[in-house]
Amino acid sequence: MEKSLHNRVPRKPSKERLKSFFVNNLVTILFLVLCLVGLRLSGLSLAFYLNDIVSRVARNTFLVLALLIPVLAGMGLNFAIVLGAMAGQSAIIFVTHWGIGGMGGILLSVAICSPLALFLGYLTGRLLDKARGKEMITSLILGYFANGVYQLFFLILVGTVIPMNNEVLVLSSGVGLRSSIDLSGGLRYAIDDVMRLSFPLFALYCAIGMLVLGTYLLIKARRTGKLEREKHYIVLLVVSLALFVWSLITSLSLSAVNMVRVPLLTMAIIAALCAFTHFFFKTKMGQDLKTVGQDPHIAEVSGINVSKRKIQAIMISTLLAAWGQIIFLQNLGAFSTYGSHEQVGMFAAAAILIGGASVSKATISHALLGTILFHTLFIVSPLAGRNLFGDAQIGEYFRSFVAYGVIAVALGLHAWKKLMQGRKK
Amino acid sequence: MAVRNLSTQRSLKEMVKTFGLPRIIIVIFLITLWGISMSLEIPFGQLLSDTLVRWGMNGVLVLAMMPSIMAGTGLYFGLPVGIICGLIGGLLAIELNLTGFAAFFGAILFSLPLSAIAGWGYGWMMNRLKGSEMTVATYIGFSFVSLMCIFWAMAPFKSPEMAWPIGRGLRVTISLAGRYEKILNNFLSFSVFGVMIPTGLLLFFLGMCLLVRFFFTTKTGLALKASGENPRFSSSSGVSVDKMRIVGNIFSTILGSIGILVYSQSFGFLQLYTAPLFMGFLAAASILIGGASIKKASITHVLLGTFLFQGLLVVALPVANKVATLGSLAEISRIIVSNGVILYALAQKSGE
Repeated sequence: MEKSLHNRVPRKPSKERLKSFFVNNLVTILFLVLCLVGLRLSGLSLAFYLNDIVSRVARNTFLVLALLIPVLAGMGLNFAIVLGAMAGQSAIIFVTHWGIGGMGGILLSVAICSPLALFLGYLTGRLLDKARGKEMITSLILGYFANGVYQLFFLILVGTVIPMNNEVLVLSSGVGLRSSIDLSGGLRYAIDDVMRLSFPLFALYCAIGMLVLGTYLLIKARRTGKLEREKHYIVLLVVSLALFVWSLITSLSLSAVNMVRVPLLTMAIIAALCAFTHFFFKTKMGQDLKTVGQDPHIAEVSGINVSKRKIQAIMISTLLAAWGQIIFLQNLGAFSTYGSHEQVGMFAAAAILIGGASVSKATISHALLGTILFHTLFIVSPLAGRNLFGDAQIGEYFRSFVAYGVIAVALGLHAWKKLMQGRKK
Repeated sequence: MAVRNLSTQRSLKEMVKTFGLPRIIIVIFLITLWGISMSLEIPFGQLLSDTLVRWGMNGVLVLAMMPSIMAGTGLYFGLPVGIICGLIGGLLAIELNLTGFAAFFGAILFSLPLSAIAGWGYGWMMNRLKGSEMTVATYIGFSFVSLMCIFWAMAPFKSPEMAWPIGRGLRVTISLAGRYEKILNNFLSFSVFGVMIPTGLLLFFLGMCLLVRFFFTTKTGLALKASGENPRFSSSSGVSVDKMRIVGNIFSTILGSIGILVYSQSFGFLQLYTAPLFMGFLAAASILIGGASIKKASITHVLLGTFLFQGLLVVALPVANKVATLGSLAEISRIIVSNGVILYALAQKSGE
């Protein structure tokens, strides 16, 4: 039955399929081209680029993944993950103050930030539920508002109301924290340094894993007769085979790429979150959220408590952002007390949109691809700017133009499409 | 007894509702701070003069929110677009070596066509984004500011007052001393009881308010108002809603560009690069404090809101300095108050 149904769907001519593929993935393709041109202009070596991108991907992917669940619930991009990041960052500040380093410090930070993030997430969820239809702008402004409260806490209350005796962290006046905090000797690389692997070896293991997975899926597809998926799996197998060969050759050579070290535990945590998100979508709660996202009225009629589900979605997102910020900061090693969390929401949103997500649809692969592309641009644009205009600053401006512009264009295109669909009805 | 209690309770609730909770909090806060400042012997005349100056200097920027709200496109978060048009006009006036009133009005004149075109494009976009105007507008504003950063860094202006002595591009802040610094503030200004009245500035601001008020009595203005209030009804009675939304946004953009010139002449500097980024939020907060919603606004909201918000900012700094020598407190309270007020407005059911 299912098979015959699939066969009956008329296939579009390949020219049209190609065209619709380009139109649907315009932002991503544009970005891919931009990154490649920038990479060429920057004159970076492969090893240098890989080193930077590996550390940036390990640092940022968790935060980008934190955006997925609210999108599923139809709430758009949750710019208020800034609040979660603040919870994580506050925990790190206190743990640093107590002088607890290493894995113990990380676990303690997680234990401190989790209830705080859930509480903030609950409040955010309540507010966003009230501002239905205006969730994104509300979450954006909420981020700015919370930043004011954060500053009030760490700049004014610390030292006046909350006692904190720490010459390294607190300003010489005794009130307020210094503008930057150094984690070296404490939490720096506490997760990353648990185990590191050279990049080719890492790629090799990934390739083996992908080969096993691809073969399994292929066999399964053959058995169940889902033939249209077969092609994808064959492509996957070919790609992983190529990766396998490349990494094997590179790991045996004296290439500088061998010097690039991949933080294994961080990558494993990210992989675990991907798996969690994947399975979460299939749970009762995930399905409920999907229904809420597609049509809140139908969800309400079919007995789903829409407000409650939306608040839960935001709570999960905020909690993940708190953990994500801990991963982010331990990799960064030193951070700006009043600035590191500010743009978390914007950068994560830009990354996921670049990966091809929209306000109403975002997948794990969008998040992964987007993080890589967005941060490639981050690495190359100052260098490309310097080589092209003789001024690295212009590259930096270009970078923020792209980050803001991508969000504007992606959100704009989505709103426009929705409007046109509404008119057709 | 119980009934009367209930009714007084209800009327109190209604009063709070009509006057708006944030406005009540801010009025109480402002009066408290004024009280504290007097007990700290901070000269009240000085505070009032500063408040008047900042009232006039920010007023036109806040006024720019109004046409956009009236036309139904929500808070005008695209304000940076108008601001940048005004800045270009201001730069051109210096490049052409104008001084005094000629420079100020020249700057306005130069910025007019730019802001009209930009406002038209902006309004055109807003018509394609119905339902998510504010979110997208914020990012359009942000990306426009960063794009213009590249322009400022490469702009071919020659005047030594504006360009870096070495290399190319424009300075981050450009002094207006000897050009049109405080030209409105000082026009016919006088002082009573130690309070400086910046007559020219206030006259200009009130003049702009009257102009807007006049606009809303014209045929176009009425049509714009109607299309914002009830788009379906107005389009069925022959008003082109989309066109009116564009007109509203052009008007907002023009007011924004004039607003930044008024602001800059009082401030004494043109601020380029990332300075315009958050000005839209501050202006939005001001009009909301005045009692506007994202659907409704009036001149009174502009006048009252700007006065309350700026009054609060002016008094917060010296009080914070005297109480705890914490200069950052004023900045922090600005962040919390402005964003808190916008959040309150967004969470209102009536604002839908």
